[in-house]
Amino acid sequence: MSNAGIRNAGIIEQERYTCAIGALQSVVAIPRAVPILHSGPGCGTMIQGFFERSTGYAGGSTSPCTNFSEQEVVFGGIDRLREIITNTYKVLDTDLQVVLTGCTSGIVGDDVDALAEEFRGQGKPIVSVETAGFKCSNLVAHSLVVNAIVDQYVSLFEEDNPSRSEKRTVNLFSSIPYQDPFWKGNLREYKRLLEGIGLKVHVLFSPESRGVAEWRQIPRASFNILVSPWYGKPIAEHLEERYDQPYLQFPHVPIGANETERFLRQVLAFAGEQDAALDEIAAGEFIRREREAYYGEIDNLATFLLEFRYGLPNHVHILHDAGYVVGLSKFLLHEVGIVPKEQFIVDNTPEEFRAQIEADLKSTSDRKTIPLCFEPDAGKAQDVIRSLRHKGRGLIIGSGWDKELAREKDYDFLSAAVPTPYRMVLTTNYVGFSGGLRVIEDIYDRVLATYR
Amino acid sequence: MSQIDLQIPEVSIREIRLGSITGFQGSAKELVKCSRCGLRDKTRSFSQCLGCSTSHAACMVILIQDAAVISHGPVGCSSCYHEFAFTYRVNSPLRGVEHPGQRRIFSTNLQETDTVYGGEAKLASGIREVYERTHPHAIFVLTTCASGIIGDDVESVCDSAEEELGVPVVAIFCEGFRSRVWTTGFDAGYHGIARKLIKPARKRRTDVINVINFWGSDIFSDWFAPFGAKPNFITPYSTVECLEHSSESAATVQVCSTLGSYLGAVLEQDFGVPEIKTAPPYGVAQTDRWFRELGKALHKEKEAEELIVAKKAEYLPKIAALRRELEGKTAYVTAGAAHGHALLNVLGELGIRAEGAALFHHNPLYDNGSEKSDLLAQGVKDYGDVPNFNICNKQEFELVNTLNRLRPDLLLARHGGMTLWGAKLGIPSLLIGDEHFSMGYEGILRYGERILEVLENDEFVKNLEKHAVNPYTKWWLSQDPYRFLEKGAASAGGGGGSK
Repeated sequence: MSNAGIRNAGIIEQERYTCAIGALQSVVAIPRAVPILHSGPGCGTMIQGFFERSTGYAGGSTSPCTNFSEQEVVFGGIDRLREIITNTYKVLDTDLQVVLTGCTSGIVGDDVDALAEEFRGQGKPIVSVETAGFKCSNLVAHSLVVNAIVDQYVSLFEEDNPSRSEKRTVNLFSSIPYQDPFWKGNLREYKRLLEGIGLKVHVLFSPESRGVAEWRQIPRASFNILVSPWYGKPIAEHLEERYDQPYLQFPHVPIGANETERFLRQVLAFAGEQDAALDEIAAGEFIRREREAYYGEIDNLATFLLEFRYGLPNHVHILHDAGYVVGLSKFLLHEVGIVPKEQFIVDNTPEEFRAQIEADLKSTSDRKTIPLCFEPDAGKAQDVIRSLRHKGRGLIIGSGWDKELAREKDYDFLSAAVPTPYRMVLTTNYVGFSGGLRVIEDIYDRVLATYR
Repeated sequence: MSQIDLQIPEVSIREIRLGSITGFQGSAKELVKCSRCGLRDKTRSFSQCLGCSTSHAACMVILIQDAAVISHGPVGCSSCYHEFAFTYRVNSPLRGVEHPGQRRIFSTNLQETDTVYGGEAKLASGIREVYERTHPHAIFVLTTCASGIIGDDVESVCDSAEEELGVPVVAIFCEGFRSRVWTTGFDAGYHGIARKLIKPARKRRTDVINVINFWGSDIFSDWFAPFGAKPNFITPYSTVECLEHSSESAATVQVCSTLGSYLGAVLEQDFGVPEIKTAPPYGVAQTDRWFRELGKALHKEKEAEELIVAKKAEYLPKIAALRRELEGKTAYVTAGAAHGHALLNVLGELGIRAEGAALFHHNPLYDNGSEKSDLLAQGVKDYGDVPNFNICNKQEFELVNTLNRLRPDLLLARHGGMTLWGAKLGIPSLLIGDEHFSMGYEGILRYGERILEVLENDEFVKNLEKHAVNPYTKWWLSQDPYRFLEKGAASAGGGGGSK
């Protein structure tokens, strides 16, 4: 499929991401950090409603907000913000405060940076970042938030944390908290895998992070790992510039044995180039054990996949972000035997990354072409799927919106993207060897549940 | 008295139209007293995330069966609407909708350049595209903070589109920053519907009663049957055509005056549909009054009396038995204005003492200007005063502080996000989303039984309490809960309510 006629900025239906201020969830994901919203009323509840069950330590109804009224729109909201921040210190017990601005503040032009500077002058660990909703998506704003914390907070501790002073330490930038419904489990699994090959890892978000203490040590890392086709790239670039840390980019979510092993081997090679002096034999042994355990399970499963006579899906449409569409396609084709048909990347991927992502997907198979469409208007993507006909039983992997589509087409359905009110995810991971097994469990659990 | 003017595109906000407030501390009695001499709103020097008008307008139009909705703003301003799509699907059996169609919800996806050059052209082409893609019977356009501040002439764009496409294109002005009372969004939605959809009555029907409601269970078909009538639920699960002819109904009732205040009044004042002004039927006395007024409006007083007698004979003994089990328990209530008053009535019937309440806003009177609609005033007369009565627009920090002090046996909530803190403090907490659940005589029984169940099964909250994470400082929890609320008299007349 071509991408002709796709306008990033046109009207869209069923958005699968949210606006810039949605990156407040990246703050919520840092242990004991609090987002402070300098925005209209409702911005916080919109984001809460998009992600659901996303309150964390001090997000959701706990987050302070100036709740712009007509008065602030006309006269500016800085005084109101100063008052709210001052009292935030009295009411909430937090380690890091990140002020995020909304459209209202953006348009009236409040100088929030100067105000944050004022509080930093008093020794407060506070950061400001412009996230007016019309500026960009939350996937883009995630990088703005992280870079703002680096520049306005991490930078204050550089003396105790010399650049690249720990040879075997890495910073990991991968899942976007909450936008990736499996972010928490994924970060835990990335950490376990990378520690397995001998690295120390700053995951920065989730309970696996040591919070601000870990953030302060970002400069110490020898290099950075970016697992993403495009989002988060500005973070890796910024750290390269700021702390001379090179970065390794792995362009899709590594799910299952093939891609997880490829990912770990690339990290090992890259670490070698950075003189990390890892024990490569021990690392290889770790990978071998993981792989063997994985194939032990696949071995058991294969009989079911080959012999179950009552019907299993043979093809799949995925509506997800670029990292998952490519990662799941590779995994499902090679390790499960479900053929990826038309795929839809709904994360509003910037134009400059699309060719690379297409190439990555194309490399999945030299015998099969997987048609790919970049379409932030997921309603349109659904219309395309409605018009398609493939032989056999189909599977749709997408957000809650796609449940109705799956029912219309009588396809199996796995909810694995936001927003979704139809699935509960706590600490499940889709990344890694174990993540692949979990995807298999999830797909066939839903398939078998259709038999009554 | 009436502030309703369908000639102008924007609805007047509640603060101006009704004198509504979002900050008060005192007792229910004091608030009722102050309400009659002009309330003065109070601000807070600390505040947490509020709701806004746009999502409240949205929920009243997204669930209309055959309409499409466009949020004119950045994508974030429509990002919680998938929840309404879920609601529509999940609750459709309650309203006999067999094939709930996918909700068609769009965003004009405003970008930074649009804030400079305006978003009108984008909206105009967007409306055309939505029409082509969905062929709806009406299109609703919701404004947002961004479109409001950049000054797009949404009304003109919608009017031209309506002329071009031949279906109603309804502009709804519901920018979040305009009002601190997010229920203004309901009014904004209804204002648009009344201006553009509702048609003058061709005839007056005696067998249809408008029910302004959310998406709860249908208790009304049974209730109206003895009167020879059936409910016309508006606006969720309604169709554009049903809305057009809602002007022909015999009467309008509301399940929640906070919700239906504006539309109930508009239907009476501009379309001649009598509004049942007696507040909704929560509690025995109020249910008596409500059925009586309904009977009167339908000229079926005898049927009303018979119904009251029969239902009371059936339910009062059961309620009395339940009361014996619940007597002496204490509770705290947090909810929107009118439904909070309703829950306080139900507690009164069940013999549970209300230790306090945090209600999201307060309307001194509703759009009909009738004291009969003031359930709080009526409730204070029927069941007595309520101490620690706080008007608080979902300010969690005040709720946590207060609950920590009062430690009631039970927390009752009507809105999401509010029960968590009850549970964290080990207080059995109950949220009933369906506002029809506790209505009428039978509702008292249903609600009481649920309360009993929640009180008996407190193992979960007791366990959670032991492990609860608390971001609030010790300092804050030892302060007066109203420390950050502006001081001074609560009414322009200098009445009570302040410490």
